[in-house]
Amino acid sequence: MIPNTLPASLSDNPRLDQWVGFPQDGRVAVRTGKVELGQGVLTAMAQIAAEELDVDLARIDLASGDTGVTPNEGYTAGSLSVQVGGGSIRLVCAEIRALALEAAAARLDCPPGRLDISDGAVLRDGEATGLDYWSLSLDLARAATGTAPVKATGELRIIGTDTPRSDLPAKIGGAPFIQDMAPDDLIHARVLHRPRRGARLVSYDEASVLKAGGDGVRLHRTGDVVAVLGDDEARVSAAFTRLRDTARFEGGALDAADAEALSVWSHSQGVFPLRGAIARALRLDPETVQVIHRQGAGCYGHNGADDAAFDAALLALAVPDRTVRVLWTREDEMGVAPLGAPMVVKLSAGLDSQSRPLDWTIDIHSPSHVNRPGANGGVNLLTAEALETPPEAPAPGDFPDALGGGATRNGFVLYDLPHQKLVHHFIPHTPARTSSMRGLGAFANVFALESFMDELAEAAGMDPVAYRLSLMSDPRARAVIEEAARMSGWDSPPAEGHARGFAFSRYKNVAAYLAMVVEVSVEEEVRVTRAWCAVDGGLVINPDGAINQIEGGVIQAVSWTLKEQVQFADGAVASNTWETYPILRFSEVPRIETRLIGDPAHPPLGMGEVSQGPTAAAIANAVTAALGARLRHLPLTRDRIMQALLAA
Amino acid sequence: MEVEIALHVNGVATSLNVDEAAPLLHVLRNQMGLRASRFGCGLEQCGACMVLLDGKPTYACSFLAIDANGRDIETAESLAGHPLREAFLAEQAGQCGYCLSGILMSAKSLLDSSPAPGREAIIAALDPHLCRCGAHERIVRAVERAGRLMQEQSA
Repeated sequence: MIPNTLPASLSDNPRLDQWVGFPQDGRVAVRTGKVELGQGVLTAMAQIAAEELDVDLARIDLASGDTGVTPNEGYTAGSLSVQVGGGSIRLVCAEIRALALEAAAARLDCPPGRLDISDGAVLRDGEATGLDYWSLSLDLARAATGTAPVKATGELRIIGTDTPRSDLPAKIGGAPFIQDMAPDDLIHARVLHRPRRGARLVSYDEASVLKAGGDGVRLHRTGDVVAVLGDDEARVSAAFTRLRDTARFEGGALDAADAEALSVWSHSQGVFPLRGAIARALRLDPETVQVIHRQGAGCYGHNGADDAAFDAALLALAVPDRTVRVLWTREDEMGVAPLGAPMVVKLSAGLDSQSRPLDWTIDIHSPSHVNRPGANGGVNLLTAEALETPPEAPAPGDFPDALGGGATRNGFVLYDLPHQKLVHHFIPHTPARTSSMRGLGAFANVFALESFMDELAEAAGMDPVAYRLSLMSDPRARAVIEEAARMSGWDSPPAEGHARGFAFSRYKNVAAYLAMVVEVSVEEEVRVTRAWCAVDGGLVINPDGAINQIEGGVIQAVSWTLKEQVQFADGAVASNTWETYPILRFSEVPRIETRLIGDPAHPPLGMGEVSQGPTAAAIANAVTAALGARLRHLPLTRDRIMQALLAA
Repeated sequence: MEVEIALHVNGVATSLNVDEAAPLLHVLRNQMGLRASRFGCGLEQCGACMVLLDGKPTYACSFLAIDANGRDIETAESLAGHPLREAFLAEQAGQCGYCLSGILMSAKSLLDSSPAPGREAIIAALDPHLCRCGAHERIVRAVERAGRLMQEQSA
C-alpha cells in the first residue's frame, strides 16, 4: 500500500480530534497551530473549516497557537499557513463530514447518496432528519486518512469569498493585543538588554534606580541580566530609564528552577518551539510550560516576540505569584531583536547567438537566515545568552535548502536555462544576530536576478518583458508576466516624467507566481508612484485578504528598497528609533492594482511573501530606465542616486 | 508626587490621583482601563498612542496627564457607533491593526473639522502615523468612506 501524502501539519498531528470537536450544541471547535500575525489567517482557516464541514461560519470557535490546546504546527512562517495548515484543516473537515454522513446513513438505514449536510444538520432528500454533528457523537479519536474528497471548485460557497476578518472589529476601539492583557495580578517589567552580544554587565547605580522608581519598584538580577519590576508601569519605566542610563557594560548559570506550571503569553510565530527553548534555557520540564499565542503588532519575520517571552518567563520564576508583563521598548526591538541577514549576490552569464544565457552562475554570500528558538539545535533566546550559564551555542547553520533555503531561497530562476550553477558562501559568524525576515534570501536574490535579467535583455537588444517570455515555458509564469504587462500598458510609453520597471518571481519556486510593474519618478530621490501586480496563487481562500497581503508586501518592500538600512556605532545598532530608521509614510505610498488570475482548480499557494523580491527588482529596473545607470546596492538612497547621476 | 486631576474622557467626567510624571497614555490604559490607545514608540514618532485633546490630535505617550486636567479627551473607545468604525470594517482597512486606534483619532479630528476633506488632506492628516503592514491605501479609502457616511447622516 502506498501511504497517503498528508500535509506536514496533519502527519505531525494525525488525530481528527486534535483539529476539530463538537463540544457543545451548535458550536464547532476548530484548532490551528498557526497564529494571527495580522495576515488574516484565522479568518481563512475558519472559512476552510466551515466550507468543508458545511456549517455556518458563525458556528466556528477557532483556537490558535496554544501549546495546551492546539496541534503543533511549528512556526507560522514561510507563506505556508494556508497551504499546509489550511490544507490539513480542509482534509480533516472533509473527512469528518464524510464520517457524519456515513454514521447518519447507518442510523437512518438509507444510502449516503440521499443525504446531505446543511449548517451542520443532516438532510435526507433535502428534508430534516433530526440528526446533526452534535447528536451523532462521532468518534474522532482516530487518525486522519486524508482520503475523503474535498469539495470541487464549483461547490465552494465560503472559500473564495471576501469574508470579513474576524479579528478586525476588536482592533477598532478594543483591547485585543498582548500589550492589553491586564489580569489582576499583573506586574510590569522592563529588562535591560546587553548592547552587544557577549557584553558583561559591570555596574549600575542601584540606589538611584530605586529612587527614580519610588515605592513598589524592585530590581531583579541574574547573570548579565537586570530587570525592573513594579505594580505601576510609569514608575517601572522611570526606574528603567535610570537603569539604562547608569548601567555599564563591558565586552555566564541560572540556577535550576522549580516551577510547577509556567504559562507564557507571547506573539511568537511558533508557540511549540518557543516552549521547548524556554524550558531548555530555564531547565524546566517542557510539560510544565504552556505557551499561548496572543496577538501583537504585525510580524514580518523573527522579531523580538520570542525574546520578550523569555524575559517574562525568567522574571516569572523570580516573582512566582504574579503575572509578569514585560514591555520591550522601541529601542529594544530595533536595537537587539534579530536583523535581516545582509547579503551580497554576484551573477554572471554569457549569451549565445540567439541571446540565450549560457554559463549561468550565481554566488550568494550571506550569514544565517534562521536563528529562531530551536533552530540549528540552539535555544536562540537573547536574554538566555546573558545568563550566568548560557545554553550551549548552536552550530552555525542556515535554513535547509530542502525546505526552501535561507540565503539560497529563489537563488535558482524558473527561466529555461540549460544550466544554472549556484554557489552558497555561508558566513558562519557575524557580530549581529541575523534571522528570518519576510522572504529570507528571496529578497536579495530576486532583486539581483531580476535586475540581471533586465541587463541581459538590454545586451540582447530586447524589451524586458519580451525577453523574459522568450525564456519562459511555464504557462502559469507566462500568464502572470503577460497580465502584469497588459495591466500597466507596458507597450505604451510611461506617464510624462516617469519610468517603469518589470520583475517576475515565483516565491521559493513552489509558491505563488507574481509579475509586477512599478512606475517611478526620479529626481534626487526615488518615488514609487504606481504598481501593478498579477498573481497566480491557485485557489484563493479569501481574495480580499490575499490582495491585502500582496499589496502590503509591496508597500513594505518599497520601504525596504528606498529607505531602510540598519546603522551601527560602537559595535551596536544605532538606528533604534523611527527617526534614525525611517520607513515609508502615507504620503509616499504608491497606488497599487492587483489581479488574482490563478485557476481555482489548482491548490492554494502561499502568497504572504511573494511581493518582496520582485518589488525591489522592479524598482531598480525602473530607476535604471529613468537614470540610464544601474544601482546595485540597496537601499536606493538619495546619496546613491546622486552618485549614479554623477557617474552617468 | 500624586496630584488629583479631573478628566473628561469620552464624555464622562472622572477625577483621579495621578503621578505628576505619568504620561496620559499610562493613566488611560493602566488607571482607567481604556486600553484601545496603544504604546508604540514612546517618542512621538509612530502615532499609535494618538488621542484627541480638546479635539486636537495629541501624542498620549508623552503628554503629561496633569496637563490634561479639566480638558476633553477622546479615545478610540468612543467610536463604537461612529461611521469611522463602519467604514474601516467595510474597507477591511488594516492588517495587524496596531496602528489603527491612533489613525482613527487623527481621522476623526480631520472629519470633525472638514467632512469632505479630499484625498490629499487625508494623507496629510495621517502622515504622522506609521503603518508597518502596508494597509495605507485601504485606510485612506476608509476615511473617505467615513466622510461620505457622515455627510449622508447629516443630510
